[in-house]
Amino acid sequence: MNTKYEEKDKQLFFEITEEIDHHTTEKIRRKMDNEIQRYMPKRIIFDFNKVTFMDSAGIGMLIGRYKMMKMLGGTSEIINVKPSIKKIFEMCGLLKIIPIRNNAKNIS
Amino acid sequence: MKSLYENEMKLEFYSKSNNEAFARISVAAFVSQLDPTIEELADIKTAVSEAVTNCIIHGYEDEEGIISLNCKIFANTIVIEISDEGKGIENVDMAKEPLYTSKPDLERSGMGFTIMESFMDDVKIESILGLGTKVTMKKIIKKQESKEGNEKLQTKIFSSFRG
Repeated sequence: MNTKYEEKDKQLFFEITEEIDHHTTEKIRRKMDNEIQRYMPKRIIFDFNKVTFMDSAGIGMLIGRYKMMKMLGGTSEIINVKPSIKKIFEMCGLLKIIPIRNNAKNIS
Repeated sequence: MKSLYENEMKLEFYSKSNNEAFARISVAAFVSQLDPTIEELADIKTAVSEAVTNCIIHGYEDEEGIISLNCKIFANTIVIEISDEGKGIENVDMAKEPLYTSKPDLERSGMGFTIMESFMDDVKIESILGLGTKVTMKKIIKKQESKEGNEKLQTKIFSSFRG
């Protein structure tokens, strides 16, 4: 996973490069939480540009980070989602709490 | 050796979380002989990942154990059985409920069975407390292109008769 912090808008980008399942979420989660605590951003952006696979473990991970941001008074959003993964977001009702922003630029 | 099924494969592996990717990639490779679409393949991989993760987290509760995976192909249907000899599910109907999880502390979404049921054509869960759980999933791989191809071929044959 690559991260980028934009000081001007206090935005923290997470470009996830792994397949997301129960095995990989443990590591991703730890890294994200460290970065969030380090920068205290106003907004976190999950870039799904490089994600080719995700199962329900990803949903749990995203909701966890969303709750953390809410507690810190910030927001979360998702960009660059492939149709097969969007299907899972829709099924789980995730988009009601974390919106997808379209036409966003990749971070790298 | 004659079987009801046209093709079959069996795998056994440890209940280690890095085998989640191994299991779904193996099934995807096996099912590729039915020429699935990218979407069908993604559905199958997700369902397998959910079932194997359940064996690891719930069946064996992160203890060591063996997960069995059995795939059969019959006509254009793939049947996938994933089983463990773990602790079993006390109430299968409750486990199937969307958003229900017995482990909320692990940030689980409780959507595993819901995803399996909506991505596959049929899902059956058999569980005995203390003995283990077996999930059997079926998916029909639609043969859109080859059907079209056959029709075209038939039209060609018939028109050559007429001509």
